[in-house]
Amino acid sequence: MIRASFPGPDDITRVELSNGIIVLARSNFNSPSVTVSGYIQVGALFDPDGKLGLADFVSASLMRGTEKRGFQEIYEALESVGASLSFNGGTHATSFGGQSLIEDLSLLLELLSDGLRLPVFPETQVERLRAQLLTGLTLRAQDTRDMADLTFDQLVYKDHPYRHPDDGFPETIQAITRQDLADFHKQHYGPRDMVVAVVGAVAPEEAVDKVRTALGDWTNPDQPRPPQLPSVTPLEELVTQRVVIPGKIQADIAMGAVGPARKCEEFFEASLGNSIFGQFGMMGRIGGAVREKAGLAYYAYSQLSAGVGPGPWSVSAGVNPENIEKAIELIRAEIRRFVTELVEEDELTDSKANFIGRLPLAMESNGGVAGALLNLERYDLGLDYYLRYADLVNAVTPEGVLAAASKYLHPDRLAVAAAGP
Amino acid sequence: MNPPVTKFHLPNGMKVMLKEIHTAPIVSSWVWYRVGSRDETPGKTGISHWVEHMQFKGTPQFPAGILDKAISREGGVWNASTYMDWTTYFETMPSDKIDLALRLEADRMVNSLFDPGEVESERTVIISEREGHENQPLFRLGEVMRATAFRVHSYHHEILGDMADLHTVQRDDLYNHYCSYYRPNNALIVVAGDFETQAMRERIEELYGPLQAGDEPSRQARPEPPQRGEYRLTVEGSDDTTYVGLYYHSPVASEPDFFPFVVLDSLLTGPSGLNMFGGGISNKTSQLYRKLVEGDLAVGVQGGLPATIDPYVYNITVTVRPDRAAEEVINALDEEIQCVLDAPPTQAAVERAVKQARALFAYGSESITNQAFWMGFTEMFDSYNWFTNYLDRLAAVTPADVQRIAQTYLRPQNRILGVYLPAEKHGEVSQ
Repeated sequence: MIRASFPGPDDITRVELSNGIIVLARSNFNSPSVTVSGYIQVGALFDPDGKLGLADFVSASLMRGTEKRGFQEIYEALESVGASLSFNGGTHATSFGGQSLIEDLSLLLELLSDGLRLPVFPETQVERLRAQLLTGLTLRAQDTRDMADLTFDQLVYKDHPYRHPDDGFPETIQAITRQDLADFHKQHYGPRDMVVAVVGAVAPEEAVDKVRTALGDWTNPDQPRPPQLPSVTPLEELVTQRVVIPGKIQADIAMGAVGPARKCEEFFEASLGNSIFGQFGMMGRIGGAVREKAGLAYYAYSQLSAGVGPGPWSVSAGVNPENIEKAIELIRAEIRRFVTELVEEDELTDSKANFIGRLPLAMESNGGVAGALLNLERYDLGLDYYLRYADLVNAVTPEGVLAAASKYLHPDRLAVAAAGP
Repeated sequence: MNPPVTKFHLPNGMKVMLKEIHTAPIVSSWVWYRVGSRDETPGKTGISHWVEHMQFKGTPQFPAGILDKAISREGGVWNASTYMDWTTYFETMPSDKIDLALRLEADRMVNSLFDPGEVESERTVIISEREGHENQPLFRLGEVMRATAFRVHSYHHEILGDMADLHTVQRDDLYNHYCSYYRPNNALIVVAGDFETQAMRERIEELYGPLQAGDEPSRQARPEPPQRGEYRLTVEGSDDTTYVGLYYHSPVASEPDFFPFVVLDSLLTGPSGLNMFGGGISNKTSQLYRKLVEGDLAVGVQGGLPATIDPYVYNITVTVRPDRAAEEVINALDEEIQCVLDAPPTQAAVERAVKQARALFAYGSESITNQAFWMGFTEMFDSYNWFTNYLDRLAAVTPADVQRIAQTYLRPQNRILGVYLPAEKHGEVSQ
């Protein structure tokens, strides 16, 4: 049997280019393919109030035409060799991801560079994209799960920029002009603190050279610093909101509170606690209470979305509309238990074993490894993080879990959103 | 790049396939049963999927609530899925923990309890699963189109089953279904990853060898008669987006026609591939994307040619732009399909589809879990040779083959045309 070999200082190549781009590379010669992924420090936090969705709109436009190629030429180049590349707007960052056979890595990087640096926002493409974005928002407005999540964010992040959806609203997408897109790109896109991970059948030095060739001469002296996040005001009471979507058969619930940021010192306590609470096995205690015991839902689980800022710590469940109140009360009862009682040693041992044991599985594909490398950089975890990971997990105690749970969750101070008929 | 596969049968009829892959300290184990919604009769629809749920509800050795924790504790991922033709259970685990998965699957192949209380609590879970699907307009449209395409054959109903049956199926129905189909002689185990073949073979013989073979399970043999004439239908609902769906009766995966059809699908709607775990490719240069999306009629189009035991359908789904009507999209679809009927594609276009398939294979090969999936999946409707020959068979496709397939299958008389219409747009489609 072979030994697990997690990415570490010995086999991750990390190079900072002169323009501030961080390149991370790791080889995997088991398949003749390569993954390129990463992010730039531009996101929805830069969106003006009346033009929510602008950063996302810009990211979706990058492949719609560049100074070198039109829309069909870009995709002809990619698809004819079975490669893929896409950009995705987020709150703090715009991410990108692509995959190709190894012989096409240079092409992939060239298209990435063109998209980031040379987009031209053709009028017809912008309008076509706008129609697609608006249709997406129509679908969102009729999706019980999406609307429960959106409403939850608005309740829990009242007065905080996280209340805004990254993809905006129909009226704000309508308000964005082609010039807005071009201006936003010119002002905000730049190489500083951009991160690119290359994982696949290529030597790390060669990967770095190829990234340097494609992006090494990119500059933007005016690139702004990431905006400062205001602090979040914690909820003082139970706030609830129902969204009615006629014609639906099932309702979705999203409830919870603001959780930790990834860099918070109690992250591992919260994360293991969340596993016990609503992940482990068939979705932890939440799944046990709502699905297994009460038979109320096909899915019921919790999630901790710790990111650059304080992400939500929430529970999701899809239930028959008649059972909304019953499910909410079951979930609140589990939250009450979670924040007042120590988790069992056995429960914690199980979740620790799961966290440590599943790490090799998360690194199975090039995409998995690339994601792991990006995490190191995004949260300053250090190149030896995956080698230290088991120790970090094992250091968590039931007392630590309780402290983290009770710091962030309270059964009477929750945002509760439900969307359904 | 492609290690050999060891294949053999146990004396009780169970098939075993082993593939050593020493690229990561992981083993993926899949048990496949030759049972799915295809084996169900009216009144008992959804029963295969429900049995799959009950397989997580415990045996005397691994009681409910122990099973799921046992796998998770060892850092494994596991899941199960029910299809029309098969049901499968997999675990991907750290190499030194895979024995747990092997023991668990051997145990629940014959020892599941089907406790009546658990059956009742699962009834509401499954109803909730179906209600979640009913929230989606494309599920509602697809359900009616499928029922229209298959009046006789049991591909008629959704894998989830009809709601009426989910209310009336009883514990003994489920248990009898389990006893009929969950037998070693109706099962295949595939193990891929970081292990030694000889030791794995011995362990599988030890665990699965003693399980008793059952009678050969019954199969339905009600072939769908040829369709004569196009069927058109509409489904209405409160969602605001219009969808157009096309189903064309298509060949089974084991027929030679299937391979040129894969190329045809790739040209029309983009490459689909066979990966359950691994990357995909966008379809923006496909003919229908260019015609419909670049033509400002639709916001998206996708297609698929499922590999099945009996003839199924090639499907195309179009999301219509809010400012356009379904009829405009249908006219444009017909124009574009006429093009592939009238002329063969270029040799370059066919070669491009083959290169795309090669790339998708490379992406899928990164994952041991996906490699194990391929082995079992292809055995369900043909054999693993189907998979190993797949790229060569695609490479042998000629432009004339593609045109012949289009002319054979993409005739209006061979299709079901379905439209999902927002309730207030009723009347916009002429029939």
